[in-house]
Amino acid sequence: MSLQNEHQQVVETVEQALSQEVRRLSETESGLTADNLSRRGFLKLSGVAGGGLVLAMALPSTKSMAQEEQDITGSMELNTFIKVTSEGKIQIYAQAPDMGQGVRTALPMIAAEELGVKWEDVEVLQAPVAERFGVQFAGGSLSVPREYQKMREMGASAREMFIGAAAAAMNVPREELKVEDSMVIHTSGQSMSFAELAQPSLANQPVPDPGTLKFKDKSEYKIIGSSQITGIDNTFLVTGNPLFGIDIKIPDMLYASYMKCPSISGKAVSANLEDIKRLPGIKDAFIIEGDGNFQQLLSGVAIVGNSTWAVFNAKQQLKVEWDTSSASKDSWTAMVEFADGNKDNDGSEPIAEVGDVAAAFADPANKVLTSHYEYPFLSHFCLEPINCTADYKKGENGEADTLDLWAPHQFPARMYTAAETVFGLPKEQVMVHPVTRIGGGFGRRFTSEFVCEAIAISKHVGAPVKLTWSREDCVRHDFYRSGGFQTVKAAVDADGKLVAWQNHLFATKLGERYTWEGRLNETEFPMLNVPNVKATKTPYEIGTPCGALRAPGSNVNAFVAESFINELAVAAGRDHLEFLLEIMGEPRWFEEGNPRSLHTGRAAGVIKAAAEKAGWGRQLPAGQGLGLAFHFSHAGYVAQVADVTVSSDKKLIVNKVTVAVDVGPIINMSGARAQVEGSVIDGISAMVGQKITMEDGAIEQSNFHDYPVMRIPATPEIDIHFLETDNPPTGLGEPAYPVVTPAVTNAIFAATGQRIRKLPLREHGYSI
Amino acid sequence: MPTYTLTINGVDQELEADPAMPLLWALRDVLGMVGTKFGCGIGQCGACTVHVDGQPMRACSIPASALVGRSITTIEGLAADANLTALQQAWVDLDVPQCGYCQSGQLMAAAALLESKPNPTDDDIDAAMAGNYCRCGTYVRIRQAIHQAASNKTAMFYDATATNAEEDVA
Repeated sequence: MSLQNEHQQVVETVEQALSQEVRRLSETESGLTADNLSRRGFLKLSGVAGGGLVLAMALPSTKSMAQEEQDITGSMELNTFIKVTSEGKIQIYAQAPDMGQGVRTALPMIAAEELGVKWEDVEVLQAPVAERFGVQFAGGSLSVPREYQKMREMGASAREMFIGAAAAAMNVPREELKVEDSMVIHTSGQSMSFAELAQPSLANQPVPDPGTLKFKDKSEYKIIGSSQITGIDNTFLVTGNPLFGIDIKIPDMLYASYMKCPSISGKAVSANLEDIKRLPGIKDAFIIEGDGNFQQLLSGVAIVGNSTWAVFNAKQQLKVEWDTSSASKDSWTAMVEFADGNKDNDGSEPIAEVGDVAAAFADPANKVLTSHYEYPFLSHFCLEPINCTADYKKGENGEADTLDLWAPHQFPARMYTAAETVFGLPKEQVMVHPVTRIGGGFGRRFTSEFVCEAIAISKHVGAPVKLTWSREDCVRHDFYRSGGFQTVKAAVDADGKLVAWQNHLFATKLGERYTWEGRLNETEFPMLNVPNVKATKTPYEIGTPCGALRAPGSNVNAFVAESFINELAVAAGRDHLEFLLEIMGEPRWFEEGNPRSLHTGRAAGVIKAAAEKAGWGRQLPAGQGLGLAFHFSHAGYVAQVADVTVSSDKKLIVNKVTVAVDVGPIINMSGARAQVEGSVIDGISAMVGQKITMEDGAIEQSNFHDYPVMRIPATPEIDIHFLETDNPPTGLGEPAYPVVTPAVTNAIFAATGQRIRKLPLREHGYSI
Repeated sequence: MPTYTLTINGVDQELEADPAMPLLWALRDVLGMVGTKFGCGIGQCGACTVHVDGQPMRACSIPASALVGRSITTIEGLAADANLTALQQAWVDLDVPQCGYCQSGQLMAAAALLESKPNPTDDDIDAAMAGNYCRCGTYVRIRQAIHQAASNKTAMFYDATATNAEEDVA
């Protein structure tokens, strides 16, 4: 399988599978049916048939499994995710990498709750990268919805095993026992601790049939929803312990840098390699041909030395002759000109057509409005630079080659695919080591091109190497949020009701695939709620790699739709809140039977809550304004009201952002609030100052000085309200991010009368 | 390759490195102290903040060899003994980190601030912390944690009611 666009496919596949799974589960009241073979199979996998705690896989058949076998010695395994130590401490595997979204804390909390262990008795281990842990993928706000039911089952299953062991030890019926705070307690008051029960008799307990498991009522929760539980790695983080991929050090490791063509996908022809090799601390410098695929291995110059500084320093002195004949020719200026020349046309590819927009626009009773919106390319700017440690060992005496890998990656198992696809190494010869924390993901770390680079360098020099990208490398060779343009046109009738909506999308395309921002779903709000709709797109081929950036697609569509709805409300002389609620209409699912589709009642719930908490409609002094926006993404409902003050010299102060969220029940309260706080700040950061441009295929920005990240003084007050409706819990890494931009730009309009249709704000003279 | 001695977290450490090598890489690659982080390499992001004679400095922008005879403190040495400082404890209790990568630098900048201004105002915090970027946006809690450490409050976990209660008092 080619790695081309694989991360987009993966995200789509997982989202699709999840949607089906959630729909299926919602059809049964219990959420679990007897014929649910896949789930049962999953639990059974962890226990030998007939009971027992031995790992089902008896003999390691691959390098990875051999490593896992070592890993599980010393404690008893109750199921795939839960082990108990001889002291009765509970070890829970974190399934997916933590990049700040809090899954290393949230997912184990779910299992711990059902198990009945005290949170202080829980140790979280990073799961090996192995199929028995399911899809170990962090992204798409999918971890909680995907794993929630499984984690409950793991916890409840382990709880039943403790109860069984205690029933035997106390010689009482198991029905008379309950588990609380790491104790099994009998109705008589007699109790046994997990430590006392961590005996071989526990190991002999049968693994319960998942169909028989009972789950706690919300009122009994001690861990889920607690605001006293904080990040599992906090103590290690505040003391500087090595937790990140970039902190890896293995014996005899060398350090590497890799210089690729500034015009993306260009080829290295020659370089002053001999000069470079003579520099202090440098061991080797060489050209890598590559395969011309920016998702795999682009051509470049590798420099290997005895420290990161030595190779970075040498890279400054590198002179390369590039062949740019096959490189990207992208030009932001040209894209702007193209979009400008085509904004009044229809796009060549249809997206949606309902009713008759032309008739609605021609009706003299209707008020018709047209606006052209523009948003830039963005870089992810993860603070931990891209890095990968690879140890490629040539097999001796006819043995096969082996490869060990460590890297901050949002989908670690994909490193196996990369090793196989690009280097022909089957999984049996490769070990992907889990990394505890990732220094920011935001959708950047789905691709494996940096892994391929590290493998190629390690293979060439015959030693383990840590490849570290400089900040400049990270900015110039990202998988960007695509920039683009949308022309929206709409009609409101004499009653001020929205009756027609038209959208023409400038759709960037990489080969056969549209970028996330080049796709506009026909279900995108408000298109299903308007009687006359037309949406088309104009494809635009680019060569700049693009990928997912926090709430991909949504983060541009929210800006356009929510700004334009505000424009229409103003044009119709109506209150934005009332206008928006009218568009939302009666409570109903957009797609009946799909709980991951939009429900207008839940949407109205957050819109009303945000407005009420923010004091929507109150009188404000000149220069101050409130702006409202709503967006539905990743199954999450978020409404925000921004309160801003704009000075005469366009200094923007975001006084407060009020946020109402409905993602069902909250697992990790502190972590959930953190995601919302971070999304608001991230959104303001991008909206005010960030823009990636390119000419001749080369990115023109390089570091913090020309790609500003928001600093602490601009931090607004953020007032967060979770509605915690009785719906399945969904993820929160993304849904709050797209909303803040239109909330703030609508507030700027309210404060100043200036409509923002182009980002970032600094191009209009604003600063924060 | 010349050798020289640096005093790091109260301990003299001999290292052999190019005299031009910045302290950041001497710490990370030569001495294996990886708590100090590489973020930008141009002194802009603050992820590599350490203390030199008590002053916050960017380890990516000072040659290690220039620091012979100076007292260097890194995140690994922030807690003088096995116990966390009040600042670190506030960071843990208020759940400040998200990805966590910038947090060593944030803590070093905050520790230096509290050393010079034991009871900083929001403006003091903004001025002292403006050079430390957090890509995840933990600024709300950084402010709170610095205030909490300054007031020596007992552990106050992060939740909305706690924040509102404070506002009520004010």
